[in-house]
Amino acid sequence: MSTRLANQGRLIDRSKPIEFTFNGNRMTGYEGDTLASALLANDQMMVGRSFKYHRPRGLVASGAEEPNALVGLGNGNRFEPNQRVTTTELFAGLSAQSQNHWPSLEFDVGAINTHLSRFLPAGFYYKMFMYPKAFWKHVYEPIIRHSAGLGKAPDKELKDADQYEHFYFFADVVIVGGGVAGLQAAKAAAATGAKVLVLEQTNTWGGRAPVDGGSIDDTDPQAWIEKTLAELAAMDNVTLRTRCMGSGVYDHGYVLGYERLTDHTPGEAGPRHRLWRIRAKQIVTATGAIERPLSFAGNDVPGVMLAGAMRDYVVNWGVTPGKRVVVVTNNDDAYRTAITLHKAGVEVTRILDARPAGGGALMEEARQLGIRVEPGRAIAKVTGGKRVAKVAICAQDGEGGAQEEIAADAVAMSGGWSPVVHLWSHCGGKLIWDEAQAHFRPDASRPPLGADGSGFVIAAGSANGAMDLGGVMADASAAGSAAAEAAGFAAKTGTAAVASDSDEVPMQPIWLMPAKADIKLRMKTWLDYQNDVKVSDVQLAAREGYESVEHTKRYTTLGMATDQGKLSNINGLAVLADTLGSEIPQVGTTTFRPPYTPISMGAIGGEARGEIFQPVRKTPMHGWHDANGADWEPVGHWRRAYAFVRSNESVEEAVAREVTNTRKNLGLLDASTLGKLIVKGADAGRFMDMMYTNMMSNLKVGKCRYGLMCSENGFLIDDGVVARIDEDTWLCHTTTGGAERIHGHMEEWLQTEWWDWKVYVANVTEQLAQVAVVGPNARKVLEKLGGMDVSKEALPFMEWRDGKIGEFDCRAYRISFSGELSYEIAVPASQGMAFWTALLEAGQEFGVMPYGTECLHILRAEKGFIMIGDETDGTVIPQDLGLSWAISKKKEDFLGKRAQLRSHMADPDRWQLVGLETVDGSVLPDGAYATGNGLNANGQRNVIGRVTSTYHSPTMNKGIAMGLVHNGRKRTDEVIEFPGTDGTIYKAKIVDQVFYDKEGEKQNV
Amino acid sequence: MSDPVSALNGAAFSGMASVTEGGLAGMITLRGDLSSAKLKDAVKSATGAAMPVSGKVELSEDGGLCWMSPDELLVLVRYEEVEAKLAEINAGLKGEHALAANVSDARAVFRVSGEGAREVLAKLCPVDMSVDAFVPGQFRRTRMAQVAAAFWLDHDETFHIVCFRSVADYVFTLLSTAAQPQSEVGVY
Repeated sequence: MSTRLANQGRLIDRSKPIEFTFNGNRMTGYEGDTLASALLANDQMMVGRSFKYHRPRGLVASGAEEPNALVGLGNGNRFEPNQRVTTTELFAGLSAQSQNHWPSLEFDVGAINTHLSRFLPAGFYYKMFMYPKAFWKHVYEPIIRHSAGLGKAPDKELKDADQYEHFYFFADVVIVGGGVAGLQAAKAAAATGAKVLVLEQTNTWGGRAPVDGGSIDDTDPQAWIEKTLAELAAMDNVTLRTRCMGSGVYDHGYVLGYERLTDHTPGEAGPRHRLWRIRAKQIVTATGAIERPLSFAGNDVPGVMLAGAMRDYVVNWGVTPGKRVVVVTNNDDAYRTAITLHKAGVEVTRILDARPAGGGALMEEARQLGIRVEPGRAIAKVTGGKRVAKVAICAQDGEGGAQEEIAADAVAMSGGWSPVVHLWSHCGGKLIWDEAQAHFRPDASRPPLGADGSGFVIAAGSANGAMDLGGVMADASAAGSAAAEAAGFAAKTGTAAVASDSDEVPMQPIWLMPAKADIKLRMKTWLDYQNDVKVSDVQLAAREGYESVEHTKRYTTLGMATDQGKLSNINGLAVLADTLGSEIPQVGTTTFRPPYTPISMGAIGGEARGEIFQPVRKTPMHGWHDANGADWEPVGHWRRAYAFVRSNESVEEAVAREVTNTRKNLGLLDASTLGKLIVKGADAGRFMDMMYTNMMSNLKVGKCRYGLMCSENGFLIDDGVVARIDEDTWLCHTTTGGAERIHGHMEEWLQTEWWDWKVYVANVTEQLAQVAVVGPNARKVLEKLGGMDVSKEALPFMEWRDGKIGEFDCRAYRISFSGELSYEIAVPASQGMAFWTALLEAGQEFGVMPYGTECLHILRAEKGFIMIGDETDGTVIPQDLGLSWAISKKKEDFLGKRAQLRSHMADPDRWQLVGLETVDGSVLPDGAYATGNGLNANGQRNVIGRVTSTYHSPTMNKGIAMGLVHNGRKRTDEVIEFPGTDGTIYKAKIVDQVFYDKEGEKQNV
Repeated sequence: MSDPVSALNGAAFSGMASVTEGGLAGMITLRGDLSSAKLKDAVKSATGAAMPVSGKVELSEDGGLCWMSPDELLVLVRYEEVEAKLAEINAGLKGEHALAANVSDARAVFRVSGEGAREVLAKLCPVDMSVDAFVPGQFRRTRMAQVAAAFWLDHDETFHIVCFRSVADYVFTLLSTAAQPQSEVGVY
């Protein structure tokens, strides 16, 4: 059984017990425990079940590399699935649930899969679910959905209770990893005066060194760590952060840091996670190394653990995973675990060293302690269901026969150590295969390259392949100095640390244990614990022709789980290389991608949630609209009132009321969102003629003209009314969504093509609040407010004047998008609300009502006016819309002119805009297609047109629509069919698109 | 003229820093040749401030000049005087290729001050806000979360932020959120 030891536990405070629950069972741990160490202390070795076979799974590791021990953490609006218990700090009231089991962790129905495993080989999903087709939807998918996946998604009705934020930071040197290598690199870099940031993912500094022992600068590692930390903390140019994982390295020295502020104190005020968005001149990755498992049968039985992790549990938290432990290794380091366990009073039954000659000084030390060491021996298999019970021992160089069986409740395994090369590799750092250590390590000659072509990442310590303390400290010093120098600082001497090298015998690569294990054993030999990939699966993939490691990964799912193959990667590709008969470097690794371990969606979103999820742009009258029944519609980031809905009416009724009232009396529209761009300069006229399809340079001062803008590909991109302000100045109205886009479009042409033209553009959209005063009573209300002359004579249709209305300085335009007598009045935004109020008050006697965007749409559709985004979709040219009159034939050039001459653009078969009227007065469905005769190559009905705008017209009291139809203009009075998605076939007659006041008399009064 | 009203009418929040909407401010966008003597004279006489170099603001008694781009200035004047100053600048620029426009009402301004001010901005803007990097007189056009913003630091350690009027609510809520008590980062 796993249990708390009487002694040891350098990180826990035994005077501070903490209560928590696991699957509802009350348990106790200590302050300083991780959830993992606390579970072990409570003899909870089994913590979950595997993904595919639902095999019992226990803790394997002690840190970020843990593949098995994922739990659902917390409750309600703080519930989070897939939380790694090894990186979860224990806190009072913690509540964890194991995952992937049904109905319970102890008894799981899905575990039957393990007996079916020979029917679930690599690529099973691909092979099995091909046929028969119908089975997918009705049989396979429901079953897979039930059994697949890890943790449960949080309740969709609940919202995350916590806050998150981002933080931008800039440093000369960012050091990822706060072990002794990271601290030493920081010391060397900081001594130069460089601004240094050190990120450590756990809550303690120093990494593995205090567990592994040795001496640095003639003192023990812990003392050295404390002294160095104190020195660094005293420096102004050093920032130290714990609980902050360097999560990814990106182009141009961009680093993401994932800081977990209150995960260990849930509910505390302040942000829970903070995402550091860091710009670094140089990055040092002192990310350490991860131990590899050994591949023997039953290496997934709970109780089989990495040797280094087992040592961590004893030294850091005073917990032993077992009482009778077998240690199995191919290197000297695992002897440290045996010695540590022995000294802690745990029985080490056997050390199986797969190397024929065994180890060096550490082996001798173990022997002297009386531990039985067997060189050249291996584990044939581990048995036991939910817990290690027996270990069968055999010769490494064999097939697993001639076994000796011994009783044990835990196995410590070590297959050697792999540098954590993830952050080095994220941005393109290359790796080399180190034959002696049997691992990939960073190739310093091929680092990730910055914009200047030189490297910006330096690996340090064991992350760089230095595997003993002396090498680690020397390498880290050099890395810190080199990083500071590359960041432009002069290196300082005298900061190096000296540590003793231990006298170790080289490790020996062991990729399968025993070397010639038969298929029965290989089918129980796990590579990827979380995704249930075994040695036999990778071998099968190789036999089936998979040679690329990237393909094998996807076919077998090796390394595709949430741990991203931190333990399985090297072992898996070694098996693949062996099966293919090629060398490991030739097979290569899969790609390392950020984040290093999963980070929360909350941290990625940062402050962007709730009210500030997205910016909402508000006009000066927004508050009034909101208080007066506005049914909001998003238009870009703006919110515009779709309609002003009164109590006891529906939105549709409100729209109809607004249309009727505007046609009969007086309507007010908040048109402030329309884009307003000033174009000024000696060459402005020439520029305007290029921007618009029609002539703008000859527009008279004081007059307005409707204009169209096309892209250089000829497609219609915007429209609006242009006013000539003075000799040198034009004011362009754009659509609401077009203001920024068209401003950018103009600037692009001015800056890239016509840089020598004397033209400036300014976007003054938000300077002005603009109100459309529309309807037969429009002039009356303005005259009542008094001020400038707004008569037909003084301010004719399509002209503008500056003046005063009431007490408001304004610019008044006689323009109409409704077909009614209409003014658009622009006043300073700071007075927009006051002006709106004045109009409403003065308009009472004239039947004033505000109207929204849907009314605006219906008014324009009744008049047959097009709307950018309805009648256009990026493939429509003005000619399609019957707007050839707005395309100048006199101008030598304008944007889109050449494109519109191309054969397809000039094709008479292009669909043309027409009016559509249903034969029964109903409303055509939006976007519906008109069908013609015959079928196309895909067996679908041929289409001859589509609806672009469709409304119920309150004025006409029937459905009206516009649409693009093949040969449309020649088909007037023809009835065509529009099949709806509701099964109805709508019949509509092709008519003139102007439904209301065809002569345009009403707007010109 | 009706009484002009700023976007948020002086709204305020206090947390790890104080956030205050600054009310109405006179602002003129000026595009032109910043090296022209005529332009320099025009803006100097309108504001009393000298031409700023790139990335800087030059402040005077009741005005200032912010460097927006190689051919654009933001001219700060008293709100009541903006139309007069605009006319003055236009008169000074007669015959010169330039564009001056009143944008006072297109903007909202905020002040952020207090010990946590630098960190509040560093949570929202991709700018090095350290004491060494961002000094009084510096002017920065940047992104504040999802919208455009610009700010400068005065000699009293107060940041002055300019954004578009339509997003005043958003920016105020952003700043207030970033300034929540107990969210200090502890680096500035």
